[in-house]
Amino acid sequence: MSSLLEIEDLRAYYGQVQALHGLQFSLEDGSVTTLLGANGAGKTTTLRAICNMIRSTGNIRFDGKPLAGRSTEDIVKLGIAHVPQGRGTFTRMTVEENLQLGAMTRRDSRGIADDVERMYDHFPKLRERSDQQAGTLSGGEQQMLAVARALMLRPRLMLLDEPSFGLAPLVVRDLFAILARINRDDKVTILVVEQNAQLALAIAGQAYVIETGRIVMAGEASAVADNEDIRKSYLGY
Amino acid sequence: MELFVNQVLAGIATGAIYACMALAVVMIYQAIDHLNFAQGEMAMFSTFIAWQLIQWGVPYWIAFVLTLAISFAGGIIIERLLFKPLAHAPILTHVAGFIALFAIINSVAGLTWDFTIKQFPSPFGSRPFLGSQLISTHQAGMIGVTLVLLLMLYGFFRFTRIGLAMRAAASLPESARLVGINVGWMIALGWGMASAIGAIAGMLIAPVVFLEPNMMGGILLYGFASAVLGGLSSPFGAVIGGFLVGIFENLVGTYIPGVGNELKLPIALALIVTVLVVKPNGLFGRTVVQRV
Ligand SMILES: Nc1ncnc2c1ncn2[C@@H]1O[C@H](COP(=O)(O)OP(=O)(O)OP(=O)(O)O)[C@@H](O)[C@H]1O
Ligand SMILES: [Mg+2]
Repeated sequence: MSSLLEIEDLRAYYGQVQALHGLQFSLEDGSVTTLLGANGAGKTTTLRAICNMIRSTGNIRFDGKPLAGRSTEDIVKLGIAHVPQGRGTFTRMTVEENLQLGAMTRRDSRGIADDVERMYDHFPKLRERSDQQAGTLSGGEQQMLAVARALMLRPRLMLLDEPSFGLAPLVVRDLFAILARINRDDKVTILVVEQNAQLALAIAGQAYVIETGRIVMAGEASAVADNEDIRKSYLGY
Repeated sequence: MELFVNQVLAGIATGAIYACMALAVVMIYQAIDHLNFAQGEMAMFSTFIAWQLIQWGVPYWIAFVLTLAISFAGGIIIERLLFKPLAHAPILTHVAGFIALFAIINSVAGLTWDFTIKQFPSPFGSRPFLGSQLISTHQAGMIGVTLVLLLMLYGFFRFTRIGLAMRAAASLPESARLVGINVGWMIALGWGMASAIGAIAGMLIAPVVFLEPNMMGGILLYGFASAVLGGLSSPFGAVIGGFLVGIFENLVGTYIPGVGNELKLPIALALIVTVLVVKPNGLFGRTVVQRV
C-alpha cells in the first residue's frame, strides 16, 4: 500500500511560540490512524497545520502533491475533510443546509442529492431534523452532522478532532462503528485525534502518540495498546 | 383619520428611499461585519455614472443596467485594493479606510462633475399615482423596485449555492474555509452586491433630492438607522425598518406640535434608540453570535 499523506519535519507556530517541533509521520491509503496525547500536546495543531490554518514549515504531501503554499479551501478541494474540534457547525442554518455546504466544492447536483439521502440513512436522526436549525440539535446530533457534512465532500482523507468529545458512551460507540464502516465501504482514509485512547486504538491500524509537539511513540495500534508503559505515562488508562 | 392615512402613505414613500439604502447597508454588514461609512458616496458616484451615460445619449434602462455592472465591478475592485489588505487590521483602521474612501469619492465626483445640482430623470415619471396627490408614480415605482429587490435578495440567499456560501462565509469564516469556500471572494462579492444595490438606491433617490456630490449625506444616516432598527442581520428587517423610519418621521412632523422639518430627524432617531434599548438586536435581528 502507498502513502496518502506524508509529513516531514512539521513545525508550527502560534505567534512566537512553537507548538510542533518537527513531526514526521505518514498515513497509508485506506488506513485508520489515531493521534493520541495529553491536553496541549499539539494534536489539534497538527490537524490545523495539515489544512494550512496555522503558520507552519516542513513538507506535507497529499497523494504526492505538496500542500505548501495552498490555501485551506484549495486543500479541502483536493479531498481532505476536516471535522474541527468544537465541530464548526453552522448553527444558524438548517441541518440540510449544513449538508449542502459540505458539498460546496462539488458540481454534480444529482450526486449531491443522492449523498444527502445516504447521510440521512447513516444518521436517521438528521433526517427527522432536516429543516431544523443546526444549533438546536443535541451535542451528539451535532457531532453526527459534522461527520456527515465532512462526508458530503466525498473526501479521500478525513481528519477528525476528538469526535467523541461530550458524547454519551452509546453514542460514541455508534459513531465509531459508522467511521469504521465509512473507512471500509467508501475507502476513506481516516486520521482521528482522540482523548478516548482505548476506543480510538480499537478501530485504528496505526497509532502515534505525541507529547509537547513531538512524536514519542509510533506503531501498530495493537502494540501501543499493549504497551503498559505508554498506556500509563501518556494515555492514562 | 384621513390625515393619518395620508401621512402614513407619504411616510412609506420616503421610507422606500431609506429602505433601499438600508438594504445596501445590511448587505455590506453581512459581508464584512462593519458599517461602511462611504456607502452613500459610492451610491452617489454610481448615480453620476448613470447621469453621465444618459447625457451621452444612452437610453435610461441601458444606462441603469450598465451602471449596475460598473458599480458591481467597482465594489469588488475597492475591496480587493483597499480592504483586503486590511483584513486582519483592527476596526479603527477600517474606519479610517472608510473615511478616506468617503473623502476621495466625494472630491473626485466634485472635480469631475462639479457641485452644481443636476436633474436626474425618473423612469416612472412624476404624475400623481392612481390620482393621489400624496404619492407620485416615481414614489410608487421606488416602493415597487425596493420590494422586488428584497424578493430577489431573499431568493438569492435562500435558494442559490453561492448565496448559501456567502451566508456561511459571513457567519463562520473558518468553518466556511473548511468546506472549501473562498471566504475572501465571498467578501468581495458582498462588496460588489452592496455597491450595485447602493447604485439602485442612488438612481431612485436622485430624482427626488437632485444629483450633487453631497446628496447622500443625510440619507445614509437614515439608511443606517433603518438597518439598525430592523436588525442588521436581516434584509427583510432593513426594508421594514426603512418604511417605519419614513412613517415615524412623517407622523412626528404632523402630530407633535412645534416640530418642524428641523426636528423630525432627531425625534425619529430618538424613537429608534428607544426601540433598541428594548430590543438591542433590532426588530427582526437574530441574536449576534460571537465569531470564533
Ligand atoms: N490559539 C493559540 N494561541 C497560542 N497558543 C496556542 C493556541 N492554540 C494552541 N496553543 C498552544 O499550542 C499547544 C498545542 O495545542 P493544541 O490545541 O494543539 O493541543 P491538543 O493536543 O489539541 O490539546 P487538547 O487535547 O486539549 O485539545 C498548547 O501548548 C497550546 O497552549
Ligand atoms: Mg485539541
